[in-house]
Amino acid sequence: MSTGRIVAGALAPHPPHLVYADNPPQNEPTSECGWEMLRWGYERLAKDIAALEPDVLIVLSPHWQTYIGTHFLGVPHFASKSVDPVFPNLFRYHYDLKVDVPLAEAIEERARAAGLVTKMMRNPDFRVDYGTIVSCHLTRPQWDLPIVSISSCRATSYYNVDVMQEQQMALARATREAVVASGRRAVLLASESLSHRHFVTESAVPEDMSNEHITNHHQYLWDMKLVEMLRRGESRRVVDLMPEFTEQAVSESDSGALTWLLAAMDYPDYPAELYAYGSVIGTGNAVMSFIPPEEA
Amino acid sequence: MSVVHGIIGSGLPQILLAPEKNPGWSEVREGYERARERLEASEADLLIVYSTMWPSVIGHQIQADPEPEWVHVDELFHDLGSIPYRFDIDSEFAHQLREIAEARGLQARTIAYHGFPIDTGSVVALKLLNPNNRIPAVILSSNVYADRAETVVFGKAVRAAVERAGRKAAVVAVTSLSNRLFTDWIDPADDRIHSLKDDEWNQKLLEFLRAGRLEDTAQLSRQIHRQIRVRKVVNFKPMWWLSAVMGQHNNYTGDVHAYAPVHGTGAAVVTLVPSQAGFGDKEYDEDDVEVYAGDREVLG
Repeated sequence: MSTGRIVAGALAPHPPHLVYADNPPQNEPTSECGWEMLRWGYERLAKDIAALEPDVLIVLSPHWQTYIGTHFLGVPHFASKSVDPVFPNLFRYHYDLKVDVPLAEAIEERARAAGLVTKMMRNPDFRVDYGTIVSCHLTRPQWDLPIVSISSCRATSYYNVDVMQEQQMALARATREAVVASGRRAVLLASESLSHRHFVTESAVPEDMSNEHITNHHQYLWDMKLVEMLRRGESRRVVDLMPEFTEQAVSESDSGALTWLLAAMDYPDYPAELYAYGSVIGTGNAVMSFIPPEEA
Repeated sequence: MSVVHGIIGSGLPQILLAPEKNPGWSEVREGYERARERLEASEADLLIVYSTMWPSVIGHQIQADPEPEWVHVDELFHDLGSIPYRFDIDSEFAHQLREIAEARGLQARTIAYHGFPIDTGSVVALKLLNPNNRIPAVILSSNVYADRAETVVFGKAVRAAVERAGRKAAVVAVTSLSNRLFTDWIDPADDRIHSLKDDEWNQKLLEFLRAGRLEDTAQLSRQIHRQIRVRKVVNFKPMWWLSAVMGQHNNYTGDVHAYAPVHGTGAAVVTLVPSQAGFGDKEYDEDDVEVYAGDREVLG
């Protein structure tokens, strides 16, 4: 009998600008163009992920922020409209998605047994966060797979990055064990940017690429350091470096998404595939996959 | 007098959805009731809500949808239930405020999109203070990158907009005092302020506010941030904004309607009414500022 496994992981950032620029029918605003390198990179990621024939996407999003433990969507179906609270001019997206509730419950149960504080989200009126939606849309635009959506427990704010990472490593073990037990072929999505200092102004035409660049060189250097390490398969060093990186690059890695991804994949020592790196309103974003050699 | 009434209130959903589960939560709910009664007697014809639970990045966002309507669920306390709402927003004032804020060097924009996620704090405050939408409202975001100068200028812009419109405004700062939640689930009956230190600081702030010392409280914001705030944003801003919009002084009649823990945080409801009597001005450490000059390429 075949067992479940994690067939791939992806660093899948969630700038709503990418969906806006992509003009899918679900999104109300429309654009002329924008952020092509990142969007085309995402297209190649989606193609590689599709070739692995996954059964489920498991996504950890910084935009479902929970200060009491880690939460999991626990309702089988959601259909509503997601409006980005920060960029509502760009992202008003009508979503219709299915949740793999049994797998979510299995991860939650294992995480709770490991000592983490957890909660299943059972309210059908709940609005799914835009980070989850953007990362899933760009990785699997056809929305034909169920997802497991995991919140970001904000242990970095309450304690520090080290505590956050310890919690994410425990969550990662729970995720991996639950996937194996489920028989599913799972893809993990770490929905986060690298450096995360935004511009505080926006162009009159948001997709005007003549105004797009990383906020500062310092952040760029940190982003490149991390990308290069991941491309060399040095994921354990990345986790070791995470406290420094998170502080220096004002990184969205404070969410724990990347730590969770790398730990759940048992710290890949093979090179990650970089599909694209680019800035979005000043933040640094890399689209990368981690596909175990035996799956490639 | 343009700003005739000020309110400070916690925005956690327990106060609206489950006050019966803890005597302290009930106390805060009853405090909101008393604040509502005072608000209704104030002659205010405009209600302006500044919510620390609505973070923004692109400057300052101003809710301008005339009738936002949705069923809201809190992302953390979703098991407490859903909150249907419909608010009456003074769209015209929102646009006037944006223009005045921009003239003072601020990045600002109005928001009017169906389905925009109004934050839990704003929903709780408006449902409890203005349940029948008797007073048209405006909701303002709290910019995550803004520090004192920008926040003070934003408060002054709001005051200038109120004066130009010839309105009598009540202003609401939605914020906890200490904001450290317990990081595990608790029996509501066991709720308490997270630490004695948090409680002592909360009591000190309430002592100031009861004495009408709003600007003094605002001047303590950086210290408050260091002592009793979880570092989610750059600084503790609501008192800067509230004091700026109310005129930057210490001459108020302050009433603390309630103070109790909500999942470890310090939840209070306070009313401040401008008065001739008061504590008078002090010698302040912080500069005053009228126009925001930006980050001056510090990050460039």
